[in-house]
Amino acid sequence: MNIIVCIKQVPAKDAALATAGNWIRESDIGFEMNEPDTYALEEALRLKEKHGGEVIVLSLGPERVKQTIKEALAKGADRAIHIADDNFAQLDPLGTARLLAAAIAKEKCDLVLTGLQSDDHGFGQTGVLLAALLNLPNATIIMQIEVQDGKMKLKRELEAGWFQWIECPLPAVLSIQSGINKVRYATLKGIMAAKKKEIATATRESLGVAIEPTQKIEKIYVPTKTKKTEFLTGTPKEMAAKLVEKLKFEARVI
Amino acid sequence: MKILVITEQRQGKWNNTSFETLVAAQQIAAAASGTVSAAVIGKGVAALADELAGKNVAEVLLVEHELLENYTPDGYCVALKQVIDAAKPELVLFPHTYQVRDFAPKLAASLGKGMVGDCTGFRNEGGTLVFVRLMFQGKTAADVTFTGTGPWFASFQSGAFRADLLAAHPSGKAPVNAAEVELKAEEIRTKPLELFKGAKSAVDLTQAPLIVSIGRGIKAPENIAQAEALAKALGAELAASRPICDEGWLPMERQIGSSGQTVAPKLYLALGISGAIQHVVGMKGSRTIVAVNKDQNAPIFEIADYGIVGDIFELMPALTEELQKAKG
Repeated sequence: MNIIVCIKQVPAKDAALATAGNWIRESDIGFEMNEPDTYALEEALRLKEKHGGEVIVLSLGPERVKQTIKEALAKGADRAIHIADDNFAQLDPLGTARLLAAAIAKEKCDLVLTGLQSDDHGFGQTGVLLAALLNLPNATIIMQIEVQDGKMKLKRELEAGWFQWIECPLPAVLSIQSGINKVRYATLKGIMAAKKKEIATATRESLGVAIEPTQKIEKIYVPTKTKKTEFLTGTPKEMAAKLVEKLKFEARVI
Repeated sequence: MKILVITEQRQGKWNNTSFETLVAAQQIAAAASGTVSAAVIGKGVAALADELAGKNVAEVLLVEHELLENYTPDGYCVALKQVIDAAKPELVLFPHTYQVRDFAPKLAASLGKGMVGDCTGFRNEGGTLVFVRLMFQGKTAADVTFTGTGPWFASFQSGAFRADLLAAHPSGKAPVNAAEVELKAEEIRTKPLELFKGAKSAVDLTQAPLIVSIGRGIKAPENIAQAEALAKALGAELAASRPICDEGWLPMERQIGSSGQTVAPKLYLALGISGAIQHVVGMKGSRTIVAVNKDQNAPIFEIADYGIVGDIFELMPALTEELQKAKG
């Protein structure tokens, strides 16, 4: 079973973000693998361990994303495709999906996995759009995958604690829900092995994709506050005492 | 501007976010001199269409087919593409539900169009519609505009508009018109099987008047005991944001947010929770929200009544002690 996993590199969770026009200032912040994608990668590695085949990671972004690609290779992915693109932040979901789909179309794969959404743009559309562009069936928010006789039984999460089983043929595109598995760490052996693994490079030009945006992020900014927050200050003990006082006599909730 | 709202029902029951999206549509129509139509999709859902006709809409489209009884992304895309081709709306709006995420981007792409998802609001700036959505896990907002010609596709986040502001039809009822769609079984590639509820909830957080909730800031499972002690001193239930349950540190039934429970207690005490949208939609209706976080820019402070910028590991024991003292 050959699986392509789309992974994105995003600002580290604890990065202090400074907005700059319609993106953020990238200097001085760290980057990491988009957390939802770590679950998709783990699921691909587990499926490979069970059913054989190859795991290919696919990532779009500037040179820095190679670090995240290497991490995926160290965890056990077999090879990687990097779509080098310095202007990825200005791509709309459809543009991103068109580039990824063009790279996927060149490979023979049985399954394409994505995380549910990215922690930066947060569009949450890539998997569904890949299915549309590659004309494959899709399912999202997947919590369990069972492969049997060339098709899959999938556990799909719905809202408010509900789930649904669905049957889906292969090949297909699935968006994986966070928490589906427990992700592994790269081992030292894996890190060494990754150094010999192939990272192929593609570009908009080599993929022959012309981008026509359907939407434009005009600007990003710190959201305006809708509520007035009263900040308490002092030592922890003082703040705790003030809070109890407020909750008791001002908010009257305890 | 002609606006079409795609409503959502499952087994004859509304997803109530549909009504919030209708309110958004009515407000956009008022701001951009437009009309609102609403579509109901399924099988045997005429009663729901009739209910919608009582709202302030120009028309209700009843999209019924044998193969639309149960939701499938393929079935909905094939059917709704025909509905949109025939009705020719300039703007198609959806509630941002799990189901909508599953098919709406694909529907838009099948028409060569893009979708702006999970919007929290809109503005009309001199005739240009600007959609507002959050990015970077709620740390920033973004103004997004459509380029090119319609139909444009957008979805609105649960809670972004108030369903109780939905205007009734001014003169009784809007017409309900059947929208004929052609759909073949072989066009539907996935097969929906049984629906089921996850692990029976031993605890109903929706009924808890006081909730202490923990997020990533708790760092390790062995630290949860401190939050438990605080919850006990307060007489509160313990809950968590998704990552804590994903790690298995607390059972899934204690998860608050879009994939967990939606709560509105008297007091919601958020400890080390950054306030990602997926969590906030599950608790923003709480009467009093207290947030403790070491990052003063954490989005959770946007909705907090009381904020403490500090270390939860210092605050939890101090607060536990003060609460015990207050109880005497």
